[in-house]
Amino acid sequence: MGGDAGRAGEGELMSGAAVSLRASALNRRWRWVANHMATWLAVGATLLVIAPLVAIFVDLVYKGAVSLNWNFFTKLPVPVGEKGGGMANAIVGSGVLLGLASAMGVPIGIAAGIYLSEYGRGTKLSILVRFTADVLNGVPSIVMGIAVYALIVAPMKGFSAFAGGVALGIMMIPTVARTTEEMLLMVPHSIREAALGLGVPNWRSMLSITLKTALPGVITGCMLAFARVAGETAPLLFTAFGNNFWSTALNQPIEALPLQIYVYALSPYDEWHRLAWAGSLVLIALIVLAVSLVRYVTTRGALKGAR
Amino acid sequence: MGVGIEVNGLNAWYGTNHTLLDISLHIPANEATALIGPSGCGKSTFVRCLNRMHETNPIAKVTGQVKVGGLDIYSDTSAVEVRRRIGMVFQRPNPFPTMSIYDNVASGLKLNGYRNRRVLDEVVERSLKHAALWDEVKDELKKKSGASLSGGQQQRLCIARALAVDPEVLLMDEPASALDPVSTAKIEDLIFQLKTQYTIVIVTHNMQQAARVAEKTGFFLNGKLIEFDSTHKIFTNPGDKRTEDYITGRFG
Repeated sequence: MGGDAGRAGEGELMSGAAVSLRASALNRRWRWVANHMATWLAVGATLLVIAPLVAIFVDLVYKGAVSLNWNFFTKLPVPVGEKGGGMANAIVGSGVLLGLASAMGVPIGIAAGIYLSEYGRGTKLSILVRFTADVLNGVPSIVMGIAVYALIVAPMKGFSAFAGGVALGIMMIPTVARTTEEMLLMVPHSIREAALGLGVPNWRSMLSITLKTALPGVITGCMLAFARVAGETAPLLFTAFGNNFWSTALNQPIEALPLQIYVYALSPYDEWHRLAWAGSLVLIALIVLAVSLVRYVTTRGALKGAR
Repeated sequence: MGVGIEVNGLNAWYGTNHTLLDISLHIPANEATALIGPSGCGKSTFVRCLNRMHETNPIAKVTGQVKVGGLDIYSDTSAVEVRRRIGMVFQRPNPFPTMSIYDNVASGLKLNGYRNRRVLDEVVERSLKHAALWDEVKDELKKKSGASLSGGQQQRLCIARALAVDPEVLLMDEPASALDPVSTAKIEDLIFQLKTQYTIVIVTHNMQQAARVAEKTGFFLNGKLIEFDSTHKIFTNPGDKRTEDYITGRFG
């Protein structure tokens, strides 16, 4: 459509009185070259961005798939030398930690985003909150681990799944809050006016209209935050700590896939290296699965022609 | 049934900008009243004061009295309550994009807590018929998004949405200015039918439109109500030189 409009405009220009503006053969040739150069530059840049992602994934499948079997998902780790250990406790542990983190990071993050875009616009507090969120986003994850160690692990006198969940949850807040704010600001003013004009109270219009309209973007933000913390190792070192045995208790140390991968990858044993590759593949696969599932569930009821 | 509106000494500001100066007029029940005037003359601000929509802008301020059917909307009640009784249709169609056609019409009731399916079905059908949209959308009420309709259909959907909460007054802020002539004609037909049951206040840039649909017309200029009289009088024998200049196209 855009191309048609462009061609029509060009035609008009050429048929107009301005004969000197008619493109010469040289000019046309140059346009052809410039057009194709721009296209291939864009294609090249895209490939450059995709290449590392594909390379990592192919490498992971290549090195990890061979060690994947049923035992990997159902068995506990075994000592060096024994065959057939798995990472069942780490998979469940990661699930518990991410569940805790999301339960904390998503509601607080969305609430903060709503405040920033709807209620606190231009106030000193909102500027402070926005600045804090941006700084928090840039804090190295190991520092987050130490902070939560001081705040929760030390007073409770022990590593725990709860502390790990809090560390990851805090890391989710700034991403969720800032994307929620951006997405809410993109909802047109006219939509809010429509709701208020119907005699809908402000809070109701906020939740049922503005937030609902922005929901796809808000969910993307939550998923980004989720995927980011799912692979975090550093903040868990001082909080969840890791555990070679079954544990889902929130007040006990708990295993997580990134921790297990970290320990196995650093070890001198080939068998453990292979398991680390398999663990990495499973971690990525689970993240993709979780994100796709949430996408599917939240877009299921989409209407014909909905924006 | 519609009710009349009594406005006494209404002043409005946006920040330090005094946008309405001492407006007083009586808008009769069950008639259409048109407000005309050049851009920025305050006519949109005026209708937004009639349902307290201007309050959504934090820098806006208003003094004076507005009585709708005897109820002082600034002292006797809340802004939310006022807007339930006084519906509004905006310049650009603004259906809720995430909602189906059905949910768009039912939204005013649903968001205020009504859940009875049979009542909602009835209200949606009646409102869409009122807005002359029913026949075009009845087969895809719950499947299609309100945003998938054409511009003219969207505007009629917005009118249906406003009618569904059973208002006494319908404010229309240039409801046809973003539409093509066919859709505009449909909206004007609609205003003709609706004014038997509702009091209608319509802001328009189109003077023929004012002449066609309204019994009374008010001319605004620089935040002042210059003249308010029967439409016939305004367009054939205006009492003020400035009104005459405007309707004959000498400025604005």
